[in-house]
Amino acid sequence: MSAHMNGGSAVLERAPRPSSAAPRPYQFPRFDRTALPNGLKLVIAPIPKLPIVTITALLDAGAVCDPQGRFGLAQLTADLLLEGSTSSDGTAITDRFERLGASVEAHADWDVATVTVTTLTHKLRPTFELLGEVLRVPAFNDREVERLKNERLAELLQLRAEPRGLADEFFSSFLYESSSRYARPDGGDEASVRGLTRDAVSGFYAKRYSPNGMTMIVAGDVRAGDIEQLARDVLGDWKGGVPVAMTASDEAARRTRAVHIVSKSDAPQSELRIGHVGLPRRHPDYFSAVIMNAVLGGLFSSRINLNLREAHGYTYGASSYFDWRRQRGPWVVATAVASEVTHSAAIEVINEIERIRSAPITPDELSLATSYLDGVFPIRFETTSAIAAALTTLVVYGLPDDWYDTYREHVRAVMAADVLSAAERHLHPEALQMVVVGSAAAVRDSVEAMAFGPVQVYDVEGRPT
Amino acid sequence: MQFTRMRIPIETFRLANGLFVTLSEDHTAPIVAVNLWYHVGSANEREGRTGFAHLFEHMLFQGSADVGANEHFELIQRAGGTLNGSTWLDRTNYFETVPSNQLELVLWLEANRMGWLLPAMTQQKLDTQRDVVKNERRWSVDNQPYGTWWERLPALVFPEEHPFHHSLIGSMSDLDAASLEDIKHFFATYYTPDNAVLSIAGDFDKSETRAHITKYFGSIPPGGGRPPLPEMTLPATFGGWKRVVIEDDVMLPRLFLAFRAPVFGTKEYYASSICGAILGLRKGSRLHRRLVRERQVAAEAQAFTYDLTKGSDLLVVDVTARPSIAAEALEREVADEIDLLVRDGVTEEEFARAVALVQTEFVAAMQSAGDRADRLSLFATYFKNPELVNEQVEQYEAVTAEDVNTFVRERLGESNRASLLFVPRQGSSEEPSPSEEIAAGVGSVAQS
Repeated sequence: MSAHMNGGSAVLERAPRPSSAAPRPYQFPRFDRTALPNGLKLVIAPIPKLPIVTITALLDAGAVCDPQGRFGLAQLTADLLLEGSTSSDGTAITDRFERLGASVEAHADWDVATVTVTTLTHKLRPTFELLGEVLRVPAFNDREVERLKNERLAELLQLRAEPRGLADEFFSSFLYESSSRYARPDGGDEASVRGLTRDAVSGFYAKRYSPNGMTMIVAGDVRAGDIEQLARDVLGDWKGGVPVAMTASDEAARRTRAVHIVSKSDAPQSELRIGHVGLPRRHPDYFSAVIMNAVLGGLFSSRINLNLREAHGYTYGASSYFDWRRQRGPWVVATAVASEVTHSAAIEVINEIERIRSAPITPDELSLATSYLDGVFPIRFETTSAIAAALTTLVVYGLPDDWYDTYREHVRAVMAADVLSAAERHLHPEALQMVVVGSAAAVRDSVEAMAFGPVQVYDVEGRPT
Repeated sequence: MQFTRMRIPIETFRLANGLFVTLSEDHTAPIVAVNLWYHVGSANEREGRTGFAHLFEHMLFQGSADVGANEHFELIQRAGGTLNGSTWLDRTNYFETVPSNQLELVLWLEANRMGWLLPAMTQQKLDTQRDVVKNERRWSVDNQPYGTWWERLPALVFPEEHPFHHSLIGSMSDLDAASLEDIKHFFATYYTPDNAVLSIAGDFDKSETRAHITKYFGSIPPGGGRPPLPEMTLPATFGGWKRVVIEDDVMLPRLFLAFRAPVFGTKEYYASSICGAILGLRKGSRLHRRLVRERQVAAEAQAFTYDLTKGSDLLVVDVTARPSIAAEALEREVADEIDLLVRDGVTEEEFARAVALVQTEFVAAMQSAGDRADRLSLFATYFKNPELVNEQVEQYEAVTAEDVNTFVRERLGESNRASLLFVPRQGSSEEPSPSEEIAAGVGSVAQS
């Protein structure tokens, strides 16, 4: 036992809460744009703080470019860039990057494909040369094509047992019309992945990977002139045309509410998703929609989290977000709750969506959201990889070069009336789709009793039962 | 090995009440990170109260004398900051990164809950957080495929009486048993300035910040001393191969193979850490190359150390099978690779690759004020010497391939293995029928 209780003692002097001084100015890093004669664009942000640099090669080769039925081709192609060039096999390529201490990732999301590498400055040239090699002369060896297909199939198999991932995948598949690329997993489903071939990969590469469609983003301890010279040396004689722009349909499957229960018997929790088709990233209401979402479910102190977690103890956490894409990605509330309170939690979520559409948020709520987004701005850009990612966003969505310089002014300009109008225009209670991954036996009756909409139960492979 | 040296400036002082403070200035951005470590974790829990240290971490966000429930979150976010807390076996930490003009607010908030937490504690707050933590347990352990590895592995590798043996997030029944009296006692015993380290990294004025720390924390009295933990020392090896097989609702077999390893901070630890990188850091690592790429028996392979400073550290190899590879075959394939390593040792090329990756990761991490502050707290808490942050790169560079081979010979043989092998439950084979329930994923460090 401690002899000394130090809490609750009224005799201790307690200082009152301090007021804050004025913030010190902050500027998003300056960057230069330039282009090589072959069409390759460069975006360069010198950050002299530490001897480290991040390079992102950005190509218009995301999952929306997958041909009909070949879902997963964009991701497979991006992944295969690091699995062998005409002069080095996959083992050797990996080894060459890693012996430089460079961490490298290739990936395709919905809109674009990226290869991102972070390396120490004194290894910049050999790292850049290797990056050039994997972009220009990938081998797409049959053995690696088959291996990566099998890895994707293993991932899909694991997903059947993973409630969070399952809930996200099913939510998208129920949300969009079945012909939309967004209704299928970005990495492809089992049938489509099995059908992918080396020829399909090299055909996709030939169409989508070209210096004319590529931007290289460099952030770190570099000089713009040196990077331009390096890019000329390594990529200057690469030739290619401009890839055709591709878009995905973002039409909703339904205009009215529906409940989709994916049954996992004995699940101790329900993974819950409630939402609808959201907004495209470049939308005139972007800032008011972001603030609206922050107040509703984006912050720890948001209405939905405080309601579900702190007032009711239903969950470890609940949040809402826009999944931003070039076209309209999902807007969704996501949480995991004990099975027996699934319907109660859903009712609270729907009430909060109705409430934010029916009256202006309070001045306190508005100032919390705006001062958070305003204040946290410099904290988002501490690392070279975060700065490269921010510049990537700029390029992918075609945002203006002064986007980050004017970001905080735009945040501060949002008023409660703008938030109400964003909620009225961009939240659609009548079109909400609800997905529950959990025990159908435990939740079905109470969810049906909510009279939210028609209820359909599925197995983990999406077959109606 | 050529590498650009980087050192961060460090100053330390101690208040009269025992609070140890480390400061590291960097004015490149108007950002400052505050990181407070309390030297208490699940190891300090008594029997029947597993999960208490972590539940208590939640209670620290429920207000104090001058702060309302959840107001800590609100005030920090309103200030434009990020924050959280986390609980580990032997420490609990609380951290914020804020615009530099908000530093004083953070110091006031942390001092208020260190000095004046109990006036705000109520039964109702405890009951709500108990429910939140139970949901956290369901989410991170019970409803995640392989989620129980997180408590099964320590239970397997530490003897029953050892402070690291029991579950960090706790059992449902122990969480039910926690009372307000337990809260008060735990707080008075462990949440004292002499059992804490406060680290600040980033953009601040040194003399002003010293004055603020004294103003806000100076009047909090020291504690009555931290009760000693039971004996932590363990033999260097398990003395055999301890095996546990778990039938679970998973789709693919997965093996966790653990070796007792030298504790964090010793010269031998760095050889163990490099060995972990050689075996399982990134795609060029030995296990990924051999098992995922060449033999194609594994879907994923990685290795990591726990970085424990007392008793024994653990080096853990974590490999998930490819579909159609049986659990026994997976275990044999992994064991063959480890046996090969024990027989032939590591190559200079593998060694150089691992060291190069570790260096880049270190520099990448030091970009963030929050990471710098956390490491300062770590070295101050465990070794009373935050300057060790600046020696980490040298410590890694001092390791030779021969040191790694010595570690491998001494620690990776059959006399020092413990394995958890997850096997898909009968019926949840790779082509499940529609009615079957399945589960897959890894628990993460418990956070508020």
